[in-house]
Amino acid sequence: MAALVQTRGVSKSFGGLFAVKDVDLAIEDREIHCLIGPNGAGKSTLFKLIVGTYAPSAGSILFAGADVTKMPAFARVARGMSIKMQAPSVFRALSVRQNLHIALQYHVEAHRIPAEEERLLSLLGLEVDASRPAGELAHGQQQWLEIGMALALRPRLLLLDEPTAGLSPDETFRTGELIQRLNADGATVLVVEHDMAFVRQIATSVTVLHLGQVFARGTIEDIISNRGVEEIYLGSAHDA
Amino acid sequence: MTNLLNGPQTLGRGRAFWSAAAAVLVVALVYPLFVDSYDVGSTAYFLCWVFMALGLCLMWGYNGMMSFGQTFFFGVGGYAYGVIEINLGVANGGAMASLVAALAVTAVAAALLGYFMIYGRIGGMFFGIVTFAVTLALAFFLNQTAGPEWHIGTARLNGFNGMQGMDPLALPWFGGDIDLEGTAFYYFVLVLLIVVYLLLRLLVNSRFGNVLVAIREDPLRAELLGYDVRRYSLVTFVIGSVLGGLSGALYCSWGQFISPSSVGLPAAAMPVVWVAFSGRSDVTATLIGTLLLIAGFQALTIYSEQWALILMGVLLAGTVLIAPDGLIVSLANVVARRRARGGAALKPSLQER
Repeated sequence: MAALVQTRGVSKSFGGLFAVKDVDLAIEDREIHCLIGPNGAGKSTLFKLIVGTYAPSAGSILFAGADVTKMPAFARVARGMSIKMQAPSVFRALSVRQNLHIALQYHVEAHRIPAEEERLLSLLGLEVDASRPAGELAHGQQQWLEIGMALALRPRLLLLDEPTAGLSPDETFRTGELIQRLNADGATVLVVEHDMAFVRQIATSVTVLHLGQVFARGTIEDIISNRGVEEIYLGSAHDA
Repeated sequence: MTNLLNGPQTLGRGRAFWSAAAAVLVVALVYPLFVDSYDVGSTAYFLCWVFMALGLCLMWGYNGMMSFGQTFFFGVGGYAYGVIEINLGVANGGAMASLVAALAVTAVAAALLGYFMIYGRIGGMFFGIVTFAVTLALAFFLNQTAGPEWHIGTARLNGFNGMQGMDPLALPWFGGDIDLEGTAFYYFVLVLLIVVYLLLRLLVNSRFGNVLVAIREDPLRAELLGYDVRRYSLVTFVIGSVLGGLSGALYCSWGQFISPSSVGLPAAAMPVVWVAFSGRSDVTATLIGTLLLIAGFQALTIYSEQWALILMGVLLAGTVLIAPDGLIVSLANVVARRRARGGAALKPSLQER
């Protein structure tokens, strides 16, 4: 079976500088795929190309068999992607419940929304905060709320850019469990991450980016035992 | 339906609010019985302006689009009513058809202007600047149409002197049209206002309204939840602007006159002052605040128009400094906090970012 997401020779340059260069990436159905690499490796740029907030300078992107290269982000969401960007962005002046409602109403029939809201609130542990403005939540809670909103879309492909940024080790671990549970329920997950402990917890396959290109790919064990990956993380590949 | 009327995007819920609203409505309905037709006509004149304030409230307060172009569409709607009515004539429902046609013209103008701005990704402050520029351009253009060559059909635009000669609205009725002047016009505008107000409440609390406030809060996030942000904003811009056009057409019918001075400055600043003063985040606050300000402004204008304008400026500056969410919304929040004893405000502030 073909991969759920495929990028073919995708590049993105900013003023002649390539942030992502000629990347072929395949994300298989039902895997948890982690995209790792040192700072400036092009992870977030590649993520944004798949999401649709950036248009590629060259190459094409396929999702579920269809060419989505020229499709705006909202249309990709309509086809089953769901996205959590790096910086927490919730609707700050609206209540936690309204935030979930706005995400839910996209797919869920009106009369079933309240029950779904309750289910998500308890899943996220935000029951007591349901009527507070989302902007008043702690950082970690905002991250979770946003993941909850991404889940509300019942995605085929969940895309998470650094979902553990700013979370405590305990929250990070629970986020990992949540992602694994979703994956068990049938969602394919792409995670951009640099927390290797977290990657080890969840990843079924890993792609390492370096200087905008694919440096290595394989299972987490392959990557951990790859000397080259260790070197680029320590910066020695630059000097060599 | 009741859920939508009382949803999270509107202040004023529950029995107390709707009882008070019903009481106000009763007063508004019986009021013409106690004053003469001329005064009723003046009150109707105040009501005409409220539509454009409600339209701006929808665009600015709910969707985060600060349009300085409400008087542009006021002018388009007003002049279109005048031109079409003069050409069609009042008979056989001509005036009412002119009103509908004027709104259609406004909608097309809003869709065109809105399309280029919204799909051209003009946002934030620049949205205000572009709409303002277009408004001033229309006022300048109309000002220089005094010559006899400036006519559409039999309607002469008349430049800065203003266009006149159109008939007031008439309601087609069995056995003869009912002329909408004086008290009849007041009732017509009152009913329109109630309908528009209730429809707006339904709209902002609907699925559509949820998306609007989401776009106001964070357009990128809204897009990543699968909503076509630009299409939502364009529809909102058309609805809000058509309400500006409705104000213009009603005004033109009321006075059988419209001039470029109701398009350019200082007229263009008025809707912004009304809505900012009242509280742009809420339709009810905008309705109440706008009526208060217009009535106050008229009362002052009798003594001095210059002073009335200066006071408007002072009010705007004062509101921005003291109650940036708007006076009526802030008052409603104070009441809500008292009742809930320290609970959260009903309307979260739009300022903290």
